[in-house]
Amino acid sequence: MFEEFLFLLRRSGLNVSLTEWMSLIEALNKGLHGSSFTGFYHLCRALLVKSEAEFDLFDRIFLAYFQKVPLEQEVSQELLDWLGCKDIPMGLYDEQQAEWNESLSDAELETMLRERRSEQREQHNRGSYWIGTHGMSVFGNTGLSPRGIRMGGDKGYRRAIRVAGERRFRDFREDSTLDLRQFQLALKRLLQYSGTANLPATEFDVDDTIQHTAKNAGRLTVKYRRPRQNTIKVLLLIDSGGSMDYYTQLISALFQAVSKTHFHDLKTYYFHNCIYTKLYTDPTIDPRKSVPTEWLLSNLSGDYKTIFAGDAQMAPYELKGKYHGSQEGKPSSGLEWLYLFRDRYRYAVWFNPGERPDWGEYWSQSYDMIAKLFPMFPLTLDGLEEGMKKLLAR
Amino acid sequence: MNEWKGSRFYVASEELMQAVNIAVALEKPLLIKGEPGTGKTKLAEAVSDALRKKLILWNIKSTTKAQEGLYVYDVVQRLYDSQFGSEGVDNIEKYVKLGKLGEAFTAKRQVVLLIDEIDKADLEFPNDLLWELDRMEFHIPETGRTVTAKHRPVVIITSNAEKELPDAFLRRCVFHYIEFPDKELLAEIIRVHFPDLNDKLLSQVLEAFYRIRSLPQIKKKPSTSEAIDWIQALIHGGVNPERIVKEVPYLGVLLKKNEDIDALRLNWR
Repeated sequence: MFEEFLFLLRRSGLNVSLTEWMSLIEALNKGLHGSSFTGFYHLCRALLVKSEAEFDLFDRIFLAYFQKVPLEQEVSQELLDWLGCKDIPMGLYDEQQAEWNESLSDAELETMLRERRSEQREQHNRGSYWIGTHGMSVFGNTGLSPRGIRMGGDKGYRRAIRVAGERRFRDFREDSTLDLRQFQLALKRLLQYSGTANLPATEFDVDDTIQHTAKNAGRLTVKYRRPRQNTIKVLLLIDSGGSMDYYTQLISALFQAVSKTHFHDLKTYYFHNCIYTKLYTDPTIDPRKSVPTEWLLSNLSGDYKTIFAGDAQMAPYELKGKYHGSQEGKPSSGLEWLYLFRDRYRYAVWFNPGERPDWGEYWSQSYDMIAKLFPMFPLTLDGLEEGMKKLLAR
Repeated sequence: MNEWKGSRFYVASEELMQAVNIAVALEKPLLIKGEPGTGKTKLAEAVSDALRKKLILWNIKSTTKAQEGLYVYDVVQRLYDSQFGSEGVDNIEKYVKLGKLGEAFTAKRQVVLLIDEIDKADLEFPNDLLWELDRMEFHIPETGRTVTAKHRPVVIITSNAEKELPDAFLRRCVFHYIEFPDKELLAEIIRVHFPDLNDKLLSQVLEAFYRIRSLPQIKKKPSTSEAIDWIQALIHGGVNPERIVKEVPYLGVLLKKNEDIDALRLNWR
């Protein structure tokens, strides 16, 4: 019937499956769209789209496809014939009626239209109440009302188009990320259960129960143990700004996946290019929201699993230049700060959203130096899995 | 035909009503997402109330396993009983306790089953329920019994989008996103809760409320349930409506974070 629409949706990146399409057909057969185009729009959306982040995309595709399709079937042929009349003198303009018409809300118009359509039995033109032409009525065409729903005539009745045209879901688009769930699944490897948590013993312990029951000459002795809890602590350090802007989506997927995994503790800080004297709590790299790197190094114990995310591409002086620290015996270049991190955090990996630049030594130099310090993995699903293995290795 | 049109205590948008009716007619689970406080959980109550069907609530926590929803085999109790030679120990059926899903399947009349906050559970949780929700039956190996739904329950699932749900699961659901209500709908919702509310107070509350929500500096935007609590507080305190927009009294009811309260004080004019 309109299979083209399915293919258009899929081509445009909405992953609609045959299962969902068949559900839609079934629903249409059952008349769940309530014979209205708005109903049809809502029905399609409820069955084909599964995330509010995709509503906007759907709205655009829906508009693009159905704006071309004539929508006459919704209005009965008889009514269309009445509305097709052309040789009628124009009715009289009525100021009061115009004002009233303008004050009607969309919902009121809808309700009134439904009433009229069930009541109307014959042609009514030049009037202010019924669906007709050349009058003050809010329904019909070629009329004088400043507001209303066009019916028949050339353009067809397009209330649904108006709804989709509003595109109310534009704001949700940017948080649409492709591989979030897969990222989360990869991060699930970072679960290390241990029973040391201070929780009451509520879990049935089969082995201990058997042991004690046997010792007790067969008299049942039920034993419980403490439930286990994830004890992994994670320190996430993200490069922000500059060349990293190209990878915003990917980094945000990583960030969301990490923050939605229930670690025992998660600390996130941002840096620009390389780590220097300060780490920022906000991706805007606002000095007012920062902590001294030294504070972090002395306060977060060495058992934090440390994840860097950055492209490791910078000018050589940004890594080796000695202007980031003034005191004697303290690190003064980015590279020296990184050494401190490597020494402090045994489990550290670096995820790189970009590739090693293969032109010019200038940019690949910093990449190679950092890759020597920390195990570096591409920020892809496979890379993430490899990295997790590295973080868990003893 | 079960058709739902909102209820006396729950004001639903037309889209939401249609989504509910689609899910009921197609016998598919209805997945509801939306900002916290837009009445996702309340929806199931309203639907069960309107369709006059019993509501079975399954509240998901981070430790909930899919299996618990089907049945639990109480081994410990059986072991204990066997020690003391209680009657019926050899009847395993006695120690199999049905979970919420099992309860919904075996109910004599059709029920509404609410699976609340499904995203709280483990990532694999929704996948573990796929078959059961699709076929509306499950097998209990301990007793060899298969529990099949006598009447397919109306399943409503809510999610706060804390975790992403698997595709295979989503494909089987009807999806609806509850938008934050616009001024008119919110006024209607408030009227349901406070039928005698003074018009002046209502309009002042709405003005202040939407202005707060529109401030970009506010991180945790107040929701419908907070608006209702706020009005309750304003009525209790007998606040003069004139003062509401100017001073925003009882701000703590609306904003729960210190930064937000400070941000509001700085940006309110």
